[in-house]
Amino acid sequence: MSTTTERATGTTGTASRTVVVIGHGMVGHRFVEALRSRDTDSTWKVIVLSEEADAAYDRVGLSSYVGAWDRSALALSGNSYAGDDLVELRLGTRAEQVDRRTRTVTTSTGEVVAYDALVLATGSYPFVPPVPGHDSEGCYVYRTLDDLDGIRARAEAAIARAAAEGREANGLVVGGGLLGLEAANALRLLGLTPHVVEFAPRLMPLQVDEGGGAVLKGLISNLGVQVHTGAGTSSIAAQDDGRLAVELSDGTALLTDLVVFSAGVRPSDAVARAAGLAVGERGGVTTDTACRTSDENVWAVGEVAAVEGRCYGLVAPGYTMAEVVADRLLGGEATFPGADLSTKLKLLGVDVASFGDAMAATPGALEIVHTDATKGTYAKVVVSDDARTLLGGILVGDASAYTTLKAYVGREVPGDPGALISPAGAELGADALPDDAVICSCNNVTKGSICGAIAEGACDIAALKGCTNAGTTCGGCLPTVKKLLVDSGVELSKALCEHFEQSRAELFEIVASTGIRTFSGLLARYGTGTGCEICKPTVASILASTSSDHILDGEQAALQDSNDHFLANIQKNGTYSVVPRMPGGEVTAEQLITIGQVAQDFGLYVKVTGGQRIDLFGARVEQLPAIWQRLVDVGMESGQAYGKSLRTVKSCVGSTWCRFGVQDSVGMAVDLEHRYRGLRSPHKIKFGVSGCARECAEARGKDVGVIATDKGWNLYVCGNGGQTPAHARLLASDLDDETLVRYIDRFLMFYVRTADRLQRTAPWLDSLEGGLEHLKAVVCDDSLGIADDLEAAMSRHVEGYQDEWKAVLDDPEKLSRFVSFVNAPEEADPTIAFDESGPRKVPVLLGLPTVRENV
Amino acid sequence: MTTLITAPPIDEVAPTARTVIRPGVLPAPGAKQWVPACPVSRLVPGRGVAVLLPGGGQAALFLLPNGMIYAVGNIDPYARAGVISRGLTGDRAGEPTVASPLLKQVFSLRTGAALDDPEVALPTYAVRVQHGLVRLGVPHP
Repeated sequence: MSTTTERATGTTGTASRTVVVIGHGMVGHRFVEALRSRDTDSTWKVIVLSEEADAAYDRVGLSSYVGAWDRSALALSGNSYAGDDLVELRLGTRAEQVDRRTRTVTTSTGEVVAYDALVLATGSYPFVPPVPGHDSEGCYVYRTLDDLDGIRARAEAAIARAAAEGREANGLVVGGGLLGLEAANALRLLGLTPHVVEFAPRLMPLQVDEGGGAVLKGLISNLGVQVHTGAGTSSIAAQDDGRLAVELSDGTALLTDLVVFSAGVRPSDAVARAAGLAVGERGGVTTDTACRTSDENVWAVGEVAAVEGRCYGLVAPGYTMAEVVADRLLGGEATFPGADLSTKLKLLGVDVASFGDAMAATPGALEIVHTDATKGTYAKVVVSDDARTLLGGILVGDASAYTTLKAYVGREVPGDPGALISPAGAELGADALPDDAVICSCNNVTKGSICGAIAEGACDIAALKGCTNAGTTCGGCLPTVKKLLVDSGVELSKALCEHFEQSRAELFEIVASTGIRTFSGLLARYGTGTGCEICKPTVASILASTSSDHILDGEQAALQDSNDHFLANIQKNGTYSVVPRMPGGEVTAEQLITIGQVAQDFGLYVKVTGGQRIDLFGARVEQLPAIWQRLVDVGMESGQAYGKSLRTVKSCVGSTWCRFGVQDSVGMAVDLEHRYRGLRSPHKIKFGVSGCARECAEARGKDVGVIATDKGWNLYVCGNGGQTPAHARLLASDLDDETLVRYIDRFLMFYVRTADRLQRTAPWLDSLEGGLEHLKAVVCDDSLGIADDLEAAMSRHVEGYQDEWKAVLDDPEKLSRFVSFVNAPEEADPTIAFDESGPRKVPVLLGLPTVRENV
Repeated sequence: MTTLITAPPIDEVAPTARTVIRPGVLPAPGAKQWVPACPVSRLVPGRGVAVLLPGGGQAALFLLPNGMIYAVGNIDPYARAGVISRGLTGDRAGEPTVASPLLKQVFSLRTGAALDDPEVALPTYAVRVQHGLVRLGVPHP
């Protein structure tokens, strides 16, 4: 056992030892989390020194910063260690020097921090080739949020200047690897025409072969990216007009507005070198498989570590190293098992995957290639010399087979290996996989643990995610996980209830396509029995979503939940609360006075809701029409607070009054509330509209959040408060009013059509195969070709809207149902009582009922 | 009042495919006071109404789409409020049911029993349909 561990003896529980972590990137953060969650006796105090001013953020997702420009969206959860006294995070503090003899670190602020254990998590820095002019103004690297801010400022200025000069603004990326293509996409999103220069003869030379590279180049070029392969950058020279003249080794000369270097990274090992730690030939701090450096008290994790001489540029191996060191510091024996360098990603919307021995480096390896030039796909599998064992492969253009193929690496393939990638070939079944095959490589979850969880009763995707973590990071393995569920005999019951085997989404399709408009008709053809409290309101909601009939018309009246049946919210003593709509939180003085008078005349308890409106409690069922008549008379209408439907659109006061506001958030909120009011949906829907990035309307806690930018609106979707809060996620940025409404139309209708009963938007998004990317594709790119249909359905809803309460007041038959007793309609229910002696009026429940003898 | 049910008064129903409206359970023996509730035409198939009983008690009266009429107690024993008549009807494996609108406990309309809780039951009442009028039978005090 090491000296480090010995020093711990007898000091348990006193946090007498200090571990200093240098670097607060993804791996540094993971290390702190891992140590703190396992160190149950609080033996270690943690001090984190981070050069960057931002606490750990999702650097892998750096490109998603483009558009939203919201740093908080990339923050890793728990990265401030709030409430944990044993972690001290010093941001903006660079570690300048390590003195291994005294076990101290000297920081850029001049402090000297003592350590018992030191963890180097300094990551890497971008390599900038020593091209003449590489340090000119307008040259950037692509690594941090600050880098992206710099690129953004330069790009926006360039676009303005280019527009004035009547030309296109462009940007040049040096390096056509994975990160280079990400940078090119960022430039494209910023409005520049990107050029990519790659020294190798193909894009992504580390991941794909020549054939795959050719297909990739075609796909990327079609997206407007100018690709220059087999060319180096010879020189960069600033011009008088601020642009940069770039000369390539093939003689090409380009004028560009900015240059981004993305030519690979180098381990940030300077501090370690200066401290005399052993470093690898090609950089990186050398460690053993325990991630321990040449000094037994110093450890290295992530990109800076050269574990047995090898550096890993992916986050997953870094996470594993972090776990290994956390375990070691607590006396464990964990070792780094090596890493799977397979990658699957979507670059500029193009699928690229490579796994195993992708380049067929194994002696005798055979390659089977399938290229489809018209579809733009390339697929290659590498098999052993006897064509039986799968060694690796490359997929470009369509990587749907990735998870299954990868799981077969190193294993014997059933049948003809060529069939694995042939479009006509049989799909490889997950059932044939052995138990130790890794299905989710992000979280290292094997088929065995997934099947184990299924056997223990996890019978849907959500439950499996919860207990195995599979599919919680990139989600790419979810189709395979689903297949495992189905294959293992667990029937993925989508049945709504005992009366319908179909899911809500299927019933929706049935109603939409057959035109059946009655519950009895639907039950007769597609169900059994007479229905229940689950299927009736579900079908009622579907019928309401697909037409503008009043929800209490005809047979539908019998399907509505009590709330919808009486158009009010039932409270615990059987009385109702009344919520008139106040679009965007707006109310006139006259309406407010009437609300007050109604409350006074009917003795109602008044409370302001969280959704910027007013709730009146304690109305008896027979009082509802009289109350509503007075509200309708001053132009108020049902707030549908009782329905699974649009509730409120919360807004801040916006640019009309607020000195910070950049858009008219109230105007937008009122328009949106008027547009979607009355829309019946699988669950309640809430909106928020904020007039600037201060986000006073808390829009990111809503199903639909709209946040003003200086160029328009950012649209966030699928957030909610409640029991399981979820932050809404960015769907699209800088939209004009018209596009915003169009996207919301599509989003809402897509949700209404496909969600399960009582499934809010956040879990619905989780359950969508392909997740947010798929939703973006459907809403923004119309990948399913249904956008027109969705918009048409929404415009029918908007045109057909009527106020439910006014319609009831105009209809004596519907009105006749609002009675206390059918045989004594005017008699107040004698069991309803209130206690007004306390600070507020409260309902009084009956004493325990005497159960009378049946007669 | 608009007629909600197309069927004519009960004693004129011809033996056709039309729904016959009749009590769902036979009354228990014993003398009863028959309290007038409402005309059959006042009932919406699948829904209930509350009926005020002599002495201040209350019952929930339901007409199901198959023509059966049931009456149970209107007070929800879990929530201790008079709301059962506003619950949704249906069936569980063929047993006619009503679910409380408050916390959704499901009761048998035939026996009054809470289907997931053998300890709890609603009282049940005999029902009689005569000349298009529904009456509830309550035991003589």
